[in-house]
Amino acid sequence: MQIKVDRDLCSSCETCIASCPYEAIVLQEGKAFVNEYCQICRICLSVCPEGAIKEVPDAQDSKDTVTDISAYKGVMVFAEQREGKVSQVAFELLSAGRRLADKLSVELFAVLLGAPESEANELIKWGADKVFLCSSDSLTSFNDEPYTNIVSKIIKEHKPEIVLTGATAIGRSFFPRVAARLHAGLTADCTSLEIEDGGRNLLAIRPAFGGNIMATIMCPDTRPQMATVRPKVMKKCACSANHTGTIVNIEVPTNGKCRTKVLETTKDADFCSINIQEAEVIVSGGRGLGNPKGFEMLKELAELVNGTLGASRAAVDEGWIPYNHQVGQTGKTVCPKIYIACGISGAVQHMVGMQSSDIIIAINKNAEAPIFNIANYGIVGDLYEIIPRLIKRIKEERG
Amino acid sequence: MKIVVCIKQVPDTAEVKINPQTNTLMRDGVPSIINPYDLHAIEAAVAIKEVMDATVTVLTMGPPQAEVALRESIAMGADEAVLLSDRAFAGSDTWATAYTLSGALKKLGFDLIFCGKQAIDGDTAQVGPAMAEFLDIPHVAYVSKINSISDTVVEVRRMMDDGYDVVETSVPVLFTVVRELNQPRFASLKGKMRAKNAQIRKLTHADIELDEKDLGLSGSPTQVKNIFAPEMKKERVVFEGKPEEQVTELHNVLKSVKCI
Ligand SMILES: Cc1cc2nc3c(=O)[nH]c(=O)nc-3n(C[C@H](O)[C@H](O)[C@H](O)COP(=O)(O)OP(=O)(O)OC[C@H]3O[C@@H](n4cnc5c(N)ncnc54)[C@H](O)[C@@H]3O)c2cc1C
Ligand SMILES: Nc1ncnc2c1ncn2[C@@H]1O[C@H](COP(=O)(O)O)[C@@H](O)[C@H]1O
Repeated sequence: MQIKVDRDLCSSCETCIASCPYEAIVLQEGKAFVNEYCQICRICLSVCPEGAIKEVPDAQDSKDTVTDISAYKGVMVFAEQREGKVSQVAFELLSAGRRLADKLSVELFAVLLGAPESEANELIKWGADKVFLCSSDSLTSFNDEPYTNIVSKIIKEHKPEIVLTGATAIGRSFFPRVAARLHAGLTADCTSLEIEDGGRNLLAIRPAFGGNIMATIMCPDTRPQMATVRPKVMKKCACSANHTGTIVNIEVPTNGKCRTKVLETTKDADFCSINIQEAEVIVSGGRGLGNPKGFEMLKELAELVNGTLGASRAAVDEGWIPYNHQVGQTGKTVCPKIYIACGISGAVQHMVGMQSSDIIIAINKNAEAPIFNIANYGIVGDLYEIIPRLIKRIKEERG
Repeated sequence: MKIVVCIKQVPDTAEVKINPQTNTLMRDGVPSIINPYDLHAIEAAVAIKEVMDATVTVLTMGPPQAEVALRESIAMGADEAVLLSDRAFAGSDTWATAYTLSGALKKLGFDLIFCGKQAIDGDTAQVGPAMAEFLDIPHVAYVSKINSISDTVVEVRRMMDDGYDVVETSVPVLFTVVRELNQPRFASLKGKMRAKNAQIRKLTHADIELDEKDLGLSGSPTQVKNIFAPEMKKERVVFEGKPEEQVTELHNVLKSVKCI
């Protein structure tokens, strides 16, 4: 495949030149020209007002090893667990997976490693038709190689067309190995999953270039189609105690290699009692707080509204609050009912982590701050004027 | 001990902006930089060289201009730099990138491989673990501390979502590293001089003996179907005016949404 410019259609407007992230388009004899730096990201195709930029197939493009994609059926969710309890993200993925499976009229499978049968039953209540369970204690703590071996083996045997996992530390660590082994496409950090109209291809939508743009990724010629999805991006649908399914017990393969050993697992001692990914209300602070004391004030507000504390990367980098409170592209994705952003400008990298919150309230003294573009309620003002008064008002009312 | 650091040259995505009129990316003047996480990978490797007998090679797969990033790595203390560049690699997704790099790594030889946690243009975090699979070696992702290191065994701390694990691994091994691991050094004057004159080793498709059909776009299972601007706009109400009035409005909002 190559990207080429039709010189007759090109109007030399240079829009493509400005939009190419790889500096791969230059003016040559007065017209746009795509040089060898091109990464075929296709951004230029959509920006050219003349439609002069086109994809041109190369002779070697035809694939001689086309997998028989019709042999693959079903949607599979890898259900992550910590300390033997299934993580919330697994239930979110089962809800998303159920929707895709129903659309394709196929079964929904779940894979559960290192947890007891009672947890497998939970997965069935949340929509799984079949759970592949390997309850061996040796799998309770996460280890890349055994996880890769078992999951690859299950996929090879049962041939699901779609495989999903959480974009968590665990999923992002071992799923690339599974995809490498199976020569399957793996789309990272998806925010939305759809089935192509009139077809069976998965359309996986994800942010790219630091959240500045969104891309739709497809794997038209290979199976399975794999994707990781961030926690809190998919909504959990109600579970049904009546949904039935079967559990298939799997033995731990004896021949697999394991060259790493987990010696110790430590949980963060948290500064707040509520985990930010579970919280219904998050009071989040940024550089606008000006100093670490600002978080003491936010913590007081958070406690009054039964919430927890979040932060921008700028505040974390200043050392005002630990990293596990960071919201955004390199922090956590959160989806609370209410997100109160205090002294946060609203960089895209922050917004990708919180923009699906139900209600966003922003307090910022700069009326032009981008955070106001996504806020449902905006307060233009100094947070040190607003928040102490608000705390006082709430306390007075409670008496 | 032979250490290879895989680095990527990326557009500084913090500087990329969207033109709101045309919904297109504005890249004018956006500099190309070494992927920030990869700086921590280079630092980790150079720091090991200071305490034990080791050499550090930096490797990148990219267009010819990526040579700039390699020279910067030499300035930071790497001994040798390798540029893997060929038109046949264009359009590689993470599968094909990891596969191609693993071909080069087999040719170069290695004991330890360091990668960044993720590259900030794609943010996939997949290339490191996938390379380890192709090379049939273990990996540990999200390394935030190296507790101990010998020629045969390394003990590291890896970040998990709810805490951290201490992991012991045999060598050879691949690590992907996070910012907490270290503080990347600045290039010394001597390093900069060395970087200017350093010979960059160039490898092409012909040097790494991999099947053409597994490279570039034809080896990539994923395809970008289209690209669009994120939707951001919501209905919004803005309260300006005196703090007392704003607080009254805000208090009412919190009550109406049953937050208090
Ligand atoms: C690869 C990459 C990944 C990143 N990942 C993340 C991420 O995960 N999460 C994240 O948050 N960021 C991330 N960033 C950083 C991001 O680009 C921004 O730099 C950061 O979010 C800015 O934080 P801030 O809004 O707190 O600070 P600033 O941008 O400095 O904004 C401070 C705001 O406070 C306001 N303010 C100041 N004083 C007051 C006052 N007294 N009262 C009211 N308002 C006041 C100002 O008007 C301003 O809008 C990432 C960047 C990169 C390059
Ligand atoms: N083209 C490349 N050349 C060398 N190393 C790369 C390349 N792409 C990715 N890497 C390495 O893999 C890591 C993760 O990248 P990614 O999977 O693209 O997020 C980076 O931090 C680099 O260490």
